[in-house]
Amino acid sequence: MDVVALEDLDPDTGACVLLGATQVALVRAGDAVYAIDNHDPFSGAYVVSRGIVGDAGGVHKISSPMYKHAFDLRTGVCLDDPSVRLSTWPVRVRGGRVEVLFGAAVAPRAAA
Amino acid sequence: MSATPRAASTLVVVGHGMVGHRLVEELATRGLTRSHRVVVIGEEPRVAYDRVHLTELFGGKVAEDLAMTTRAELEGWGVELRLAERVVAIDREQGTVTLAATGAAQTLAWDRLVLATGSTPFVPPVPGKELPGCFVYRTIEDIDAIRAWPARTGVVVGGGLLGLEAANALRGMGVEVHVVELAPRLLAMQVDDTGGALLRAKVESLGVTVHTGTTVARIEPGEGDPSRVGRVALSSGETVNADIVVFSAGIRPRDELARAAGLELGPRGGVAVDDRCATRDPRVFAIGECASHRGATHGLVAPGYQMARVVAATLAGEDARFEGGDGSAKLKLLGVEVGSFGDAFAATPRARVVSFQDTISGVYKKLVLSPDGKRLLGGVLVGDTSSYGSLSSAVTAETPMPKAPEELILPARAGGGGGLGVDALSAAATLCSCHNVTKGTVIDAIRGKRLSVVSEIKACTRAGTGCGSCVTLLADVLKIELKKAGVAVANHLCEHFPCSRQELYHLVRLHGLRSFAEVLERHGQGGGCEICKPAVASILASAWNEHVLDKKHLPLQDTNDRYLANIQRDGTYSVVPRVPGGEITPDRLIAIGRVAKEYGLYCKITGGQRIDLLGARLEDLPAIWAALIAEGFESGHAYGKALRTVKSCVGSTWCRYGVQDSVSFAIRLEQRYRGLRSPHKLKSAVSGCARECAEAQSKDFGVIATERGYNLYLGGNGGMKPAHAQLFLTDLDEASLVRMLDRYLMFYIRTADRLQRTSTWLASLEGGIEYLRSVLVDDSLGICAELEAEMAANIEAYRCEWTETLRDPGKLRRFRPFANSDARDPSIVFVTERGQPRPARADERPMAKADPEEVTS
Ligand code: SRM
Ligand SMILES: Cc1cc2nc3c(=O)[nH]c(=O)nc-3n(C[C@H](O)[C@H](O)[C@H](O)COP(=O)(O)OP(=O)(O)OC[C@H]3O[C@@H](n4cnc5c(N)ncnc54)[C@H](O)[C@@H]3O)c2cc1C
Ligand code: SF4
Ligand code: FES
Repeated sequence: MDVVALEDLDPDTGACVLLGATQVALVRAGDAVYAIDNHDPFSGAYVVSRGIVGDAGGVHKISSPMYKHAFDLRTGVCLDDPSVRLSTWPVRVRGGRVEVLFGAAVAPRAAA
Repeated sequence: MSATPRAASTLVVVGHGMVGHRLVEELATRGLTRSHRVVVIGEEPRVAYDRVHLTELFGGKVAEDLAMTTRAELEGWGVELRLAERVVAIDREQGTVTLAATGAAQTLAWDRLVLATGSTPFVPPVPGKELPGCFVYRTIEDIDAIRAWPARTGVVVGGGLLGLEAANALRGMGVEVHVVELAPRLLAMQVDDTGGALLRAKVESLGVTVHTGTTVARIEPGEGDPSRVGRVALSSGETVNADIVVFSAGIRPRDELARAAGLELGPRGGVAVDDRCATRDPRVFAIGECASHRGATHGLVAPGYQMARVVAATLAGEDARFEGGDGSAKLKLLGVEVGSFGDAFAATPRARVVSFQDTISGVYKKLVLSPDGKRLLGGVLVGDTSSYGSLSSAVTAETPMPKAPEELILPARAGGGGGLGVDALSAAATLCSCHNVTKGTVIDAIRGKRLSVVSEIKACTRAGTGCGSCVTLLADVLKIELKKAGVAVANHLCEHFPCSRQELYHLVRLHGLRSFAEVLERHGQGGGCEICKPAVASILASAWNEHVLDKKHLPLQDTNDRYLANIQRDGTYSVVPRVPGGEITPDRLIAIGRVAKEYGLYCKITGGQRIDLLGARLEDLPAIWAALIAEGFESGHAYGKALRTVKSCVGSTWCRYGVQDSVSFAIRLEQRYRGLRSPHKLKSAVSGCARECAEAQSKDFGVIATERGYNLYLGGNGGMKPAHAQLFLTDLDEASLVRMLDRYLMFYIRTADRLQRTSTWLASLEGGIEYLRSVLVDDSLGICAELEAEMAANIEAYRCEWTETLRDPGKLRRFRPFANSDARDPSIVFVTERGQPRPARADERPMAKADPEEVTS
């Protein structure tokens, strides 16, 4: 799914996009772009995109602004509590556009 | 020892629950899954999962999140796993078990057998208990069924740990809950009457109705639909409407296999075992909730884990014994912290009790001491369990008590209290009771493997990876060890900067560095993180006072600085205009009211003498600020590590005792230092006389008027660890006082650690206030002129950040919830309370929040 232009995303920063009814955080970290769930499970608020982007031992991460839990941007796994994992979606940048392979969530939450 | 198995013998484990799985792990670490055939039979359809955190399925987790292992991992260890199969009989003569799966029965031979069958929930034999809508609370399938059952009102049978947890889960689904408890108080097993009463008050304040001293007499269908639960009659005669009933009235050990096999049972059920967890038949063991040791069964996971280790050790030929566990537990139930440990009910003859109670803040603490008062035997904590770790370890480690043990539970006072530091514990003291890790083990790991952060301790020792209640203790031990080792690592900002904030500040100024990228390139490594980015941003702002929303600084900012507003629990923001000195005209009050009304904002007078407007949507922030700025307001920097407010009292203008015009002076100070970025926030106050109505002595810098001028106090703090400000100079005139403050604040900005308030900074300066006097008054470092010049530059560069932002369309573009849509964020929902909006709680949202995704759809 074609979502936004790459230049609409600030470097090393997150932004939220609405895909259908789902809030997805698009995060630019260095040369990479990631798509991760915008819902912070620790606070229940939809704010992950507003956190600080960084790295831990070379792994890109974003830390939720609410209680500062950090999430591995590749896998969605919470670095402070590995039992928690956010959904992530594959992202591709083509011709200056950011495309998200939506519907292919890697860690989908309860469907029931 | 006859328990040492022959090579290649078969070990069968019945039950793949929490304890059964822990046994398998313990066997694998000892290499026993390679030297023996290990077969695990589990009745549930999935691998072992974390039952303790079952309730999190209501909060958005899925079954897979709770899994404790995978099939692949077990295969890798060489373990045969048979799920969805049940053992229906044990034949001890033949040494076999009989399995029932969907097909025909099957037998399996064993040389050693371990029963880890757990318990079943106890359902009291009340009429109507089979009606659809009645549930138990034990497995993932139980939770799924509860979540799928539509209900508005419900009854939870049992007011113990599990009952309160179930009540909270139902509450989260928007169900109006009644808890029915037979005993005269809640948590009868853990807390005493006083603690129970306090807990009840707290639970009731959350809207849960509590019925104690009564039981369920009958469950009846509703009037409309005879095929499902509708009503519950209590033995007290009361009737409660309920579309759902959850039984959590205790558990019964699953000992039926053992009984049929002729093994001895405990007096209250459970398979009787000795200190090696062996049953009467030395080839058969029982562990976890199904075992009865010295006549007691254990419904917590920690003793079960200890039993698992004892059996694995025994099978490996080691000498290990289970000495019995206790009912110690620390939990947070419905938001209330509860802890109970050791001999909580003072059952020891002639035990002494000290207790402390504060019904206003809802705190109750009790210590049970030995008859001579020298040892701690147990205790109860309600409302504040911060000392649980050190107190419960003091019981097991038999740490000698201080002369006045009540100091351990009284609220901390300046100069006193403090509690029982982890330092007082012996190496044998257990820090982590979930994984039975002693202080000695933790220290060995820290020293031996040169650990420097808590997560490494968790990984090396497993301490802290269970219930999590020991993590603060681990951090304390680590701090002490690092200090002993003289490690300076504590000063490193983070993994990206091998230097302190203070060093970095100097480097930034020295080399004239103006962006994070430059600073990182010259002095750091990697990409940065949530610790160093805001710290560097703050340094750059203090040093050069550039706009925080400049594009190059943007990725450094957390949401508060990025959107120039404080984030609130629901993802909305607050707006706090500056009200210097707390003085405000009627017109400005009206203006604030008008703006608040237009944007539907909640209003509150803050503790800092100004008005907080809460509940602003991200996309409304620019318009709200435009309206406020048009009325003459400016940013109050409530979101930044910066000057907050300079509070004032009415002073000599009105007050009959006032000796100076405190309001005017407070306004001048607030305007002078507004916008100043610093390592942490800065607060101040000016009082018009020694009566001190502005509370200046609790501020980072406080001013108290005298007949001859002003006294200056420095380094005060309210907050978590209140500190009295220290008197620095007396009877100053205004100009000298301001000059001193310029130097003081700049010196603090230059030398403090990140997020270090002036009180802790001052305490960390060698020589304390005397040293500060030598630097700021006697200019012992020869830097006073520099400090004053830096401050002057800062004051010169001040601009209202919101005014600047509104002028720049590039910056405004970021105030949109979605980069690809102009929709409003549908996850934000308000309800009205006392005539104002506030965030809807989970249970008030349009859809029960079983799945957070649904809220958005
Ligand atoms: C709004 C207010 C409460 C109120 O309704 O009165 C408040 C609200 C918050 N305080 Fe406070 N504090 C408020 C007065 C205080 C006071 C009283 C005072 O300033 O006179 C104190 C104790 C005095 C002190 O700081 O020495 C206070 C001690 C804290 C602390 C503990 C600081 C400490 O050194 O221990 C924190 C946590 C922190 O900063 O790390 C904190 C943090 C917070 C945060 C920022 C928490 C957060 O991150 O969300 C809250 C922001 C809410 C918001 O969005 O506006 N707040 N807070 C008060 C705003 C005053 C203002 O106008 O700016
Ligand atoms: C909601 C909830 C919250 C809890 N919170 C806490 C807490 O905060 N702290 C704490 O310490 N404890 C807590 N507990 C208790 C804790 O979960 C148990 O003490 C722990 O799970 C016991 O482990 P176990 O292996 O003995 O039993 P279980 O985990 O119940 O495992 C037994 C397994 O054996 C299987 N089994 C039984 N019979 C057979 C058979 N014949 N054949 C094959 N398989 C069989 C069962 O299906 C089950 O899977 C909580 C429990 C619940 C339900
Ligand atoms: S004391 Fe301060 S930080 Fe705590 S809840 Fe109140 S406003 Fe928030
Ligand atoms: S005591 Fe539970 S994790 Fe350490």
